[in-house]
Amino acid sequence: MAITTVPGTKREPGRPASPYPPGPQRTSLGRKVRDNLTGHAFLIGAVICFAFFSWYPMIRGVVMSFQRTRRGVTTWVGWDNYDRIIADPSFWTAWKNTFYFTILALVLGYAVPFFVAILLNEFRHAKGYLRILVYLPVMLPPASALFLFKFYAYDPGDAGLFNSILKALHLPTSQWMQSPEMTMPAMVIASTWMNMGGAVLIYLAALQNIPGELYEAAELDGAGIWRRIRHVTIPQTRLILALLAMLQIVATMQFFIEPLILANGTGAEDSATSVAYLIYQHGFFQNDLNGAAALGVIMLVVLAGFSAVYVRLSSKQD
Amino acid sequence: MSVPKYRKAAASALVAGLGLSLVACSTKSDDAATKASGKVTITVDCQPVGAQKELLKNWNDDVVEFQRQNPNIVVKSVSVGEQCNNPPDFTARLAGGTVTDLFYGYMTDLQQVLDSGQAMDITEFANKDTVPTWDSVDPALKEVFTDGGKLYAVPVKNYSMGLVYNKVLFQRAGLDVNNPPKTWGEVRAAAEKISALGNGIAGYSEYSAGNTGGWHFTSLLYSQGGQVLTADGKKADFNNAMGKQVLQNLKDMRYGDNSMGDRQLLQWADLLTNAGAGKVGMFVGAPDATQAIVSQFQGKFQDWAMAPLPGQDGAAKGTLGGGEGYFFKKGLTPEQVKAGLKWIAYQKLTPGKGQFDYVRAKPQNYPVGLPQPLLFATGSDAQKQELELRKANANVDTANFAIFEANPVPINGEPRNAQAIYAVLDAAMSGVLTNPNANIDALLKTAEDKVNQLLAAEK
Repeated sequence: MAITTVPGTKREPGRPASPYPPGPQRTSLGRKVRDNLTGHAFLIGAVICFAFFSWYPMIRGVVMSFQRTRRGVTTWVGWDNYDRIIADPSFWTAWKNTFYFTILALVLGYAVPFFVAILLNEFRHAKGYLRILVYLPVMLPPASALFLFKFYAYDPGDAGLFNSILKALHLPTSQWMQSPEMTMPAMVIASTWMNMGGAVLIYLAALQNIPGELYEAAELDGAGIWRRIRHVTIPQTRLILALLAMLQIVATMQFFIEPLILANGTGAEDSATSVAYLIYQHGFFQNDLNGAAALGVIMLVVLAGFSAVYVRLSSKQD
Repeated sequence: MSVPKYRKAAASALVAGLGLSLVACSTKSDDAATKASGKVTITVDCQPVGAQKELLKNWNDDVVEFQRQNPNIVVKSVSVGEQCNNPPDFTARLAGGTVTDLFYGYMTDLQQVLDSGQAMDITEFANKDTVPTWDSVDPALKEVFTDGGKLYAVPVKNYSMGLVYNKVLFQRAGLDVNNPPKTWGEVRAAAEKISALGNGIAGYSEYSAGNTGGWHFTSLLYSQGGQVLTADGKKADFNNAMGKQVLQNLKDMRYGDNSMGDRQLLQWADLLTNAGAGKVGMFVGAPDATQAIVSQFQGKFQDWAMAPLPGQDGAAKGTLGGGEGYFFKKGLTPEQVKAGLKWIAYQKLTPGKGQFDYVRAKPQNYPVGLPQPLLFATGSDAQKQELELRKANANVDTANFAIFEANPVPINGEPRNAQAIYAVLDAAMSGVLTNPNANIDALLKTAEDKVNQLLAAEK
């Protein structure tokens, strides 16, 4: 038998019942905390951690973006840092590069894992091994994976892995990271290879939740593989697809390690400079922490905008 | 203990523990106890890392000996990996207020350190009493660390750039190792012959990433007689015939002669790794580049020699000089500043001691005989002593640096806001080294606009 209690009137065992009739009562905050001491204690720990390591740096960043420090004296400068950052010729280059990378990552990094997951889902044998194989690159530290690409795959000479393959196929070779035109596609290819495993596993889990009867019905209706994907798989995984698209946008717009390692920072003629790298450059190479903070806030606003659009769209869909 | 009480106790302990650990994280060490004992404690960074066994042992031996001679001073050394050659790490420590009492910085760091408000004016403390060789220290180096007539750091290393070349590759290419290129035209001709050896060897190699491209553009511009900024420091001054000549020389070698190798976008360690592997014929560098090639990149001292920086049609009109020093953290007591200066004097500015202890360094394969650090003024007593000791204990062939030393090129310092300007100029360098159709005029114009923008923002 289930025992029900009115919130805030929990009776302790062994005590006599209250002479007053139960009903809506206002309980003090102190009482609420005392009643759930353990929960609140754990909550305080989490709040302290978040406040100290997440919220404080964020607020501090916003404050710094309106300040300037010279000779140890910090003064309020209003929007000066923002004006300065936006007037920096690298500002628009970095945003252009960032959007280009994000779009390429959406086309390649988003679509490829989905189709790999569908492919893996179709296999009848050795599923476990194949999943491990797909997931393996995720276990490699990102820096190591990118160094592999930098020194072996993207070597601009004929000895490079990709150039050897192109040469064997009698195709023109590439300068890869040294070519301003190839910088972005090359970074997206490396990034996709590195990060694909996690997305594939999430897609696989979603695919396996699709009732088999839907496919059987579609097959009975004469649907081929593409129509099954279009009319069954995609609608059934719609929510997870939308979620990962959003995460993909937010994550790829903050790309940093790819230009840092593959392109030694800015790449050929600034073709690799991302907004995140520009923040790093302003903060740590140009002695401009206030400008870096302003750029960080601009990025925060843009990403928050994307997230808001996602929340709006997903709530409408629900 | 009942289960609920146990859970409450556990929760309380968790909160208390977390609070304590946060407090512990933010607690700074306090030397009050040491002060109470009558001793002066100073913390110093750039202690060699554990992997540098002999350097670390030398440093620790110096600390022991210094403390024996100065029983009232305690030197606490700090070592954090590559902290002393890592601008982002330096900036972070400066911004976070976690620098040591005496902290290392590049000559280009003065403005950054002053902006952070962490540097102490040491003008009244730096003299012959605290640093016995003070009058011998090159006044130009003191000037680099001086702002508004106040001294903020003590120079401990100084270098100038020249042409570093691989003697083995020179010989294999049929070039005369005793007659290295004197002009950029000769560099181009020699680079072509060296790269013709094949096997991925670059006749001449150059940086173009991680701010090192801009750093070298500056040096090459000085060789043409140019300057990065106007004399008043308010405008960029490289978008001219001299700046174009620098980029044209490189473009001609890269795509005209194909003598610079396939791999570009190099930064400091990339080029030296290739050099250590015997894949680079020539590059612009300071004498200690050869030391890095040997100690970090498996090269050999006997393979490398140095010549002065080439000029366009004759001798170079200038070369880039730079170096390092130790700043003093604001808020130190006069006793701490004096103790810090004494330590620097002992470890960095005394012939026969610390970094000049050539008798100790010789058997350790730490190079003795390189024409740096150039800390003492020409003709000064300290310089004479240091030169004699260096010659008597040289373990590298000083003849390899004789041409460089015998033909000094006027040294120009680094421009104001150097690191930010170098970052901008990387794009111009990478442009001519990675794009056969690079438009030099456009590259320089873009860089000029960016640098002017930076300078305008500084006002």
